[in-house]
Amino acid sequence: MLAKRIIPCLDVKDGRVVKGVNFVNLRDAGDPVEIAMRYDEEDADEITFLDITASYEKRGIIIDVVRETARRVFLPLTVGGGIRTIDDIRALLNVGADKVSINTAAVYNPHLIEEGAEKFGSQCIVVAIDARRITEKKNEETLEMYYREKGFSEMWEEVRIDNQSKFEVYTHGGRKPTGIDAVKWAKFVEKMGAGEILLTSMDRDGTKQGYDLELTAEVSTSVKIPLIASGGAGNLEHLYEGFTIGKADAVLAASIFHYREFTIREAKEFLKNRGIPVRL
Amino acid sequence: MIGIIDYGMGNIGSVLKAFEYLGIKAFVSSSPDELKRAHALVLPGVGAFGDAMSNLAKNGLIELLNEEIIEKKKPYLGICLGLQLIFEESEEFGKQKGFGWVKGKVVKFNLPEGYKIPHMGWNQVWTKGEHPLFDRIPSGTYFYFVHSYYASTEEKEFEFATTDYGVDFTSAVVKDNIVAVQFHPEKSGRIGLRFLNNFFRWSLR
Repeated sequence: MLAKRIIPCLDVKDGRVVKGVNFVNLRDAGDPVEIAMRYDEEDADEITFLDITASYEKRGIIIDVVRETARRVFLPLTVGGGIRTIDDIRALLNVGADKVSINTAAVYNPHLIEEGAEKFGSQCIVVAIDARRITEKKNEETLEMYYREKGFSEMWEEVRIDNQSKFEVYTHGGRKPTGIDAVKWAKFVEKMGAGEILLTSMDRDGTKQGYDLELTAEVSTSVKIPLIASGGAGNLEHLYEGFTIGKADAVLAASIFHYREFTIREAKEFLKNRGIPVRL
Repeated sequence: MIGIIDYGMGNIGSVLKAFEYLGIKAFVSSSPDELKRAHALVLPGVGAFGDAMSNLAKNGLIELLNEEIIEKKKPYLGICLGLQLIFEESEEFGKQKGFGWVKGKVVKFNLPEGYKIPHMGWNQVWTKGEHPLFDRIPSGTYFYFVHSYYASTEEKEFEFATTDYGVDFTSAVVKDNIVAVQFHPEKSGRIGLRFLNNFFRWSLR
């Protein structure tokens, strides 16, 4: 039986892991390669690096991090953050990334998904979707003009928010609204060739209140490609709900593993006892 | 030396890195002359079956494989596409011919509601017997998979392992000097490294 996956995510800035990981006997709590190796020992199913390096000059550092990690960790490795072009994708895959996750650049240039999938295969193109619940307060700021100017009018009609929409896509780390419906966007990126979706609830991210299960289930059941749930996991029950109620194929979690509240193995044992198929 | 065949299909660097990590001498090449010097050949790769066959043909690699694997009986390890290609044909984008080393064909998953495609993640490999490649790897061990097509073997005697994803598909084939797996040992953590090490030891037999 296909196991549900547990994926630790490491935020990497200038080649260092921020929110250092409290592993016992770790020589360097900020070294992404060493932390990835520890997660491998704990039976993490994949590793994700999120590059949050701000300065353009230092962006190349992640390439070295990926290269070093791929020499010592033989697990699927996904890299996200700041990927804008086909060359960015190629550079990461060449040094050993298995998948890249594209977020803002996919919204601004949906052809990047299509081109990436054609060149490298759908299996390495993950589209990251940051979504928020739509509140009463109407959002005036949308990408409608941008899409029309770019000649993406047809795409716009396919993804725009309507009266039924419940969740909106945000870009730039959850700061900018787009006027795009998250469920429609998920179906659209699948059609463009995405191989997987990494869905983050920006309302829940960092709250430790659990995943937005309604959002997760709606997106997961509207596409045929696997869905990774993210944003809000604070305890093991939340992971369990992500799989059962949220219908996720994988869960991504950062802080609950970083601060050693739980090890990945503990999480897997908990899930196994509750009847979730996991690799142990 | 293990020769890893480069034919422009996906990330084959990780297979080389895995052998290097294990301290096993290996090289990547697309040249038949270079690859002839290897004592064993590995054919990795992900992507489309038709593209793979035309890329291999373009570089004279199908002849090389037939000479080295079928005539000279050198050890072969096929990974992912390297398993699918050993069959007679694939139904990916119309009918495509494969190497025809084992009878059977490659078909697309046709799954009930709720199953995601690609089949991506860790799944159990149920072996049917003993083989040096699965030394200290019990039946039911999880390996990492990524694929949308699967092989359906007609010659059941060569089907060494199966995996369940809505259907029981062939996840490992063993036929004399030919071993092929649908999963990615180079992405299956420590157990995958053990499998690759087992392949190396077996290839020296």
